[in-house]
Amino acid sequence: MVLSPTARWLLRAAAVGVLTFIYVPLAVVLLNSFSASATFAWPPPGLTLRWWQVAASNEGVRTAVLTSVQVALLATVVAVVLGTLASMALVRYEFFGRDAVSLLVVLPIALPGIVTGIALNTLFTGFLGGLTFLTLVIGHATFCIVVVVNNASARLRRMSGTVEEASMDLGATPWTTWRLVTFPALRGALLAGALLAFALSFDEIVVTTFTAGPGLQTLPLWIFQNLFRPNQSPIVNVAAAVLVLVSVLPVYLANRLSGDTAGTTTK
Amino acid sequence: MTTVRARGPVAPSGRRVAALLHRAPRLRLAGLLAPALLWLVLLYLVPLGLLLATAFFDTDSFTGRITYAFTTENVVDVLTTPAYLLTVVRTVGVAVGVTLLCVLLALPLAVYTALVSRRPGLLVALVLTPLWASYLVKVYAWRILLAPEGPLGGASPGYGWFAVIVTLTYLWLPYMVLPLHAGLTSMRGSYLEAAADLGARPWTAFRTVVLPVLAPAVAAGSVFTFSLSLGDYITVQLVGGTGQMLGNLVYQNFSTDLPFAAAVAVLPLIVMAAYLLTIRRTGALDRL
Repeated sequence: MVLSPTARWLLRAAAVGVLTFIYVPLAVVLLNSFSASATFAWPPPGLTLRWWQVAASNEGVRTAVLTSVQVALLATVVAVVLGTLASMALVRYEFFGRDAVSLLVVLPIALPGIVTGIALNTLFTGFLGGLTFLTLVIGHATFCIVVVVNNASARLRRMSGTVEEASMDLGATPWTTWRLVTFPALRGALLAGALLAFALSFDEIVVTTFTAGPGLQTLPLWIFQNLFRPNQSPIVNVAAAVLVLVSVLPVYLANRLSGDTAGTTTK
Repeated sequence: MTTVRARGPVAPSGRRVAALLHRAPRLRLAGLLAPALLWLVLLYLVPLGLLLATAFFDTDSFTGRITYAFTTENVVDVLTTPAYLLTVVRTVGVAVGVTLLCVLLALPLAVYTALVSRRPGLLVALVLTPLWASYLVKVYAWRILLAPEGPLGGASPGYGWFAVIVTLTYLWLPYMVLPLHAGLTSMRGSYLEAAADLGARPWTAFRTVVLPVLAPAVAAGSVFTFSLSLGDYITVQLVGGTGQMLGNLVYQNFSTDLPFAAAVAVLPLIVMAAYLLTIRRTGALDRL
């Protein structure tokens, strides 16, 4: 674009400013987890790995991480299956109400989590016999579907449907076509979608608060419950740092996998 | 039909299903769509409907149990009690503030990534990656940053409404950057050059070429920044001091008086429904 050097310079400065705004808080959390002080102190009086060791052997944190991983894995599996099928319908077919279905897929993350949370809670406790591990997985899967749909749809839109039609015309069954034509092309996008769904589920707290069975604690729930206990603060800091790393790594991998940054990270 | 089938070998049933699917694309469509659609209707829309219905039930003040008798008491209560109305106004105010601040920050960034930068992909990835970092941890980060003895020290505005708006802006900013970047990328180069070649001054080019692309993108981003701010309750708890938003009302009343909590929770839904209907005309919903 034709822009004056001053305008370019200003834009660059603004971009650097916003990126600083985005990254400084995360850096503070990471740095804080290595602080030598047992209470909050800024700047950290010294750096130590001690709290990471303490956190690693903390029973509550370990159980919480394990629960988070289990929930995220199951929710991801459900989201990948439902999302893949839905994206093929949304991209390859014209049908009445297609826009409504697209909107329905986005709604669980576009509407506030607390609304989704108490709505699901009402259904589970009032009509389906209470909260369990399974209700938590269901809650998470519901808002994870959109990530898979977005990733798979972006890829499907770029690959022509004629290859699939040719395969069918040559006598391949829908299953064979999926196995030999569609899936190999979609694989990267699906893996990227799965990683993002995992990350999304792993650090979700609001829907989790309202759908987790009694006694179940995910890592975000553990952090939230220990946030206001001063003696736990070093471990909370480590847990927070772990959450940053666990959620950022999948995104990095997802970007490498799909090679289409703008499309894949669409939440 | 029968003659054709009689000539061929008898097909195993799997093959017959496949052939049926091949001939009936509508059936294929139904098979693809049904699982996700059933899931989202039964486990999302139905619960939302139940929540809406609960808002019109009553609670037994003695046992705290829900009595299934129709009453508009809760909804009327929320809409007429000055304290609650003030919370509604305050919450919408925060949501508007967050949305405006997001546009203000995202616009120069998106112009830079989409139209100026030589490595737009990398920059967008840099902006979007933190979107996936934990919501709770990001709020916690601001709690640390704004603490009286924290990194900002005396320059910190402290906990309160300003802190809430800054933190929510921080949380939802990527949702605004992404549609703006995507919209602006679509006109990289050629559009603006064409406008300039046809004699448009920069301001005219902005008004007639850039703005029509930008408006729906901003609308699409604002769906997220606005809606997610409306329902938030954790940010207020961590950096809001003594302030309260709609989400806090819902959260506090949820276990004791579900119908009332439901009535409060329906408010953001109504605001969002009105908002979605308004911006539908801009075509923003296709970009979500």
